[in-house]
Amino acid sequence: MSDIPFRDVDLEEDEAGESTAEANYLEERFSLWSWLTTTDHKRIGILYLISTTFFFFIGGAAAVLIRLELFTPAGDLLTDDGYNKVFTLHGVVMVWFFLVPVIPSVLGNFLIPLMLGAKDLAFPKLNLASWYLNIIGGGFAVWAMLAGGVDTGWTFYTPYSTAFANSHVSLTAIGVFISGFSTIATGVNMIVTVHTMRPAGMGWFRMPLFVWAIYATSLIMLLSTPVLAIVLTLLVTERLLGLGIFNPEYGGDPILFQHLFWFYSHPAVYIMILPGMGVVTEVITCFARRRVFGYKAMVYALLAIAVIGFFVWGHHMFTSGQSMYASLTFSFLSFIVAVPSAIKVFNWTATLYRGQITFEASMLYAMGFVGLFTMGGLTGLFLASVPVDLHMHDTYFVVAHFHYIMVGGMVSAFFAGLHFWWPKITGRMYPETAARIAAMLMFFGFNLTFFPQFILGNIGMPRRYHAYPDEFQVWHVLSSAGAVILAAAYLMPLFYLGWSLIWGRKAGRNPWRAHGLEWQTTSPPPKHNFLTNPDVSGDVYAYHPRRNPRDE
Amino acid sequence: MGEIEIILPQASVEAGSTDGKLLGLIIISSLITLLVAGLVGIFAIRYRKGSKASRGRLPAWFDSDLELGWTLATGGLFVAIFAWAASQDFALAVPPQRATEIHAVGKQWMWKIEHPGGQREINELHVPVGETVDLVLNSQDVIHSFYIPAFRLKQDVVPGHTTRMRIRPTRTGTYRLFCAEYCGSEHSAMIGRVVVLSKEAYADWLSIQPEGGDLSSEGRQLFVSRGCAGCHEGSSKVRAPRLEGVFGGPVPLADGRTVMADDAYIRDSILQPKKDVVAGFEPIMPSFSGALDEGELVALTAYIRSLGRRDATATGGTP
Amino acid sequence: MSNTPFPGQEAAALPPRALASHFHDLSQQKAAHDLGLWIFLATEILFFGGLFAAYLVYALLHPGPFFEAAAETEIVIGTINTAILLTSGLTAALAVKAAGQNRHDAVLLLIGITILLGLAFLAAKGYEYWLDIHHHLYPTSPDFPLDAPAAKLFWSLYWVMTGLHAVHMTVGLGVWAVIWEMARRRSFSLSDNSRVRIAGLYWAFVDLMWLFLWPLLYLAGRAG
Repeated sequence: MSDIPFRDVDLEEDEAGESTAEANYLEERFSLWSWLTTTDHKRIGILYLISTTFFFFIGGAAAVLIRLELFTPAGDLLTDDGYNKVFTLHGVVMVWFFLVPVIPSVLGNFLIPLMLGAKDLAFPKLNLASWYLNIIGGGFAVWAMLAGGVDTGWTFYTPYSTAFANSHVSLTAIGVFISGFSTIATGVNMIVTVHTMRPAGMGWFRMPLFVWAIYATSLIMLLSTPVLAIVLTLLVTERLLGLGIFNPEYGGDPILFQHLFWFYSHPAVYIMILPGMGVVTEVITCFARRRVFGYKAMVYALLAIAVIGFFVWGHHMFTSGQSMYASLTFSFLSFIVAVPSAIKVFNWTATLYRGQITFEASMLYAMGFVGLFTMGGLTGLFLASVPVDLHMHDTYFVVAHFHYIMVGGMVSAFFAGLHFWWPKITGRMYPETAARIAAMLMFFGFNLTFFPQFILGNIGMPRRYHAYPDEFQVWHVLSSAGAVILAAAYLMPLFYLGWSLIWGRKAGRNPWRAHGLEWQTTSPPPKHNFLTNPDVSGDVYAYHPRRNPRDE
Repeated sequence: MGEIEIILPQASVEAGSTDGKLLGLIIISSLITLLVAGLVGIFAIRYRKGSKASRGRLPAWFDSDLELGWTLATGGLFVAIFAWAASQDFALAVPPQRATEIHAVGKQWMWKIEHPGGQREINELHVPVGETVDLVLNSQDVIHSFYIPAFRLKQDVVPGHTTRMRIRPTRTGTYRLFCAEYCGSEHSAMIGRVVVLSKEAYADWLSIQPEGGDLSSEGRQLFVSRGCAGCHEGSSKVRAPRLEGVFGGPVPLADGRTVMADDAYIRDSILQPKKDVVAGFEPIMPSFSGALDEGELVALTAYIRSLGRRDATATGGTP
Repeated sequence: MSNTPFPGQEAAALPPRALASHFHDLSQQKAAHDLGLWIFLATEILFFGGLFAAYLVYALLHPGPFFEAAAETEIVIGTINTAILLTSGLTAALAVKAAGQNRHDAVLLLIGITILLGLAFLAAKGYEYWLDIHHHLYPTSPDFPLDAPAAKLFWSLYWVMTGLHAVHMTVGLGVWAVIWEMARRRSFSLSDNSRVRIAGLYWAFVDLMWLFLWPLLYLAGRAG
């Protein structure tokens, strides 16, 4: 009889928390060299945690500068070129060096093998290479920043970026290109692992939804990132070698750049959000003590978002001069892609029904995600409507929309996951009260920062302006005030999570009484993940017994 | 600036219907958000751990029927919103009876406007209320965007393309004009005004503009000074098509196709003369790409148009 | 990596270093390697796909000048290169087959020929580039021979497409060289290890891309 994964025990009584026979993965070797040459997916997850945190604070510092500048209508903090470089840095770093890698490469790396009862991902050395590629790419971006910055916006539109910008466009583009290899490597690893390394007895429809989410994300990564690679290649060759693919003087079309760029960048936003959705499912089911409502629908919704998401890119180009028929097609598909997201929101809500809900920090973040993602997603419908978009495109309405999803959604989901799996990763509990305060402060600060931006967009405040007419100021002041609170809320976890590493209470094997194979091993896990074969016979969401035969 | 606005005045025909869509979306989104947030909140309280609410056997309908139900409802609602919003686009596509054409050229970091009578403006656009104006938009350098928030309209200007935006002002007043596509250092300074005047005031305004020369006579000057007349006029030894009466009509091409001589055709003929060679002529015209700026192209096109139009309405963008 | 089976897993007699420790058995490892490479090839198709999309768009927008420009490519060299690359594809495929049969000498010979053919391709390509430059067939040349602006579009695409293909070929040759050396030192099992098969698949992809590039760049503009 294999180890029963858990019993209903209180934390104090759980004596199986300490690893005995084998040192845990953190302890087995201490040297810096052992970390920098590790192929252990758990250590690589930690390496990514450190690098993504670093990039998050760089991007965050840029955000602070933006909000400080926008506090007053005059462009008095930064020069216009300076501001343009700051918002470009914010976008480039946050998109490619934080949002895209954070959940797949931190939590995904750490958890996917554990969730599948495996010893590692399919390609451990490729995994380490992907981290190096990520930080080398980020190194190029930081180098560009230190050498004077780049001012094209993260979208690099031509011909400004190819023929007019006097800043480090190529350096930044090369950095992003290199990080694309990192993304592809991660995607390959995840897909192959899920296909070939599931344990006997775990069919596709018995996998945790977090694994499904990473799998769907990886499909998008693989098919979209190469198009980013080629468009950046064409950008750099035009800029450096004069091979003018987008040059209007040769009959080239700057709009072709936009098509290629958005063909990647729209699916990219699904790369950023789908992993967060996976986290939210794991957290809500655990803290509501309920099976997920509609497991199969949740799977199909993930896959539908991944597939349909490839066909909506033109909704970024309604004002570019494309034909009305093209715009209407993209508009229609953009409405359709919202349906599977809505299904997920309803399913999370229904999962709470008749639960036994507790409000740990992860759960607060997950619930915040549900609300903020709903708002962000619904405002996407505004932008998918062509006439409304003709007004709102390139205004602060768009900025608010995507920050609701990326920050209100994705960052909340990341914090939900970070807190949920913190005991497993570090073997320590974080201070719950401090974490709850940070979660609530973040929710409040976030809304104060970004809700006024919907109004700003509606009254016509354009994007990427560092000086603006007076009538916009009142909303900018509210937004900047919110940003101060949000910044404080983001600093809090840095401190209390860091504190917990040394003084946090030692976590047992399964402090949340959660299901999932990762909870069957010690906290932190041993180097090879499991001391005994994990028991796969249980249901991954067996939080409450099946009563209704059709209750999945 | 005492009052706080959350919505701008509606100054165009489109603004009214766009605001209608906006309001509808706000109402629907608020209801959905309240529904979701409300349920989450209610469940969080009612089903918090240890509460006395019943957690017995789930009702029979709480399963895939419910899932299917809300999927279809959501899908239906979203498609309905799409159709409602899309209907406005089809309305926009019907060409008007008459439209005045005003040319606007975006360049770093200003807008240069040229009225058909030759009146010029920088960063300002004067238009008459109640009339339809077709803005013919070009860029001299990078992508900009001509954005009039009070009209709820914007259109990108893209180098190498001519784009159009139809505006139908309904309210006199002065409104902001912004560049809404990042275009470099002084993007934030590329701000202007749209001044909507009554028809009389507009006529007065037109008449007191400084003598800038008629757009098409400027074009004529360029036609001569840049050498076009050398081939396209008189008894030139080089065989080139005569341009009288060309604009607005069909042009048979050497490869068997027939195209309409519209703004885009004239522009392409000047910049890429080998693209659509006229039937019966050799492809010997040199390209003027790089030799003429956007303002000059606009003037030349106006001149060629003035040589005889067969069709009063200009063609818009192709669907 | 040493082989540490899970407790309870049979400590089968595993060949040294043939099976990575995180896999249960060779068939799982082989499946993982093959799937990994196939999906990597999918990304490469999307990568080149962007270029094909640009080509398609401009060929449709400016057919006359575009195909007129295409008539200036070095069709003789291009066609010889096609023959060389196809032959190297054959030798690579035979090398994979020989590896499956553990025929050590055949593998070394076939990989060696593949590498030589690949180097011949690159040498011919280099000569062709020299000719192209000599004929001023690059967009920034003040003596660019064709008038129509869109000819520069074709020639921009030509350099990017063939250049990226050459980069992929170079990577492929590097991979073959490393494998050849490892095979020479007998440091891996030819039949149990996926290496040769993976390299063969990648090489076949490089070959396939050329089979699209050749008609688009060399045969286009020369019909009739």
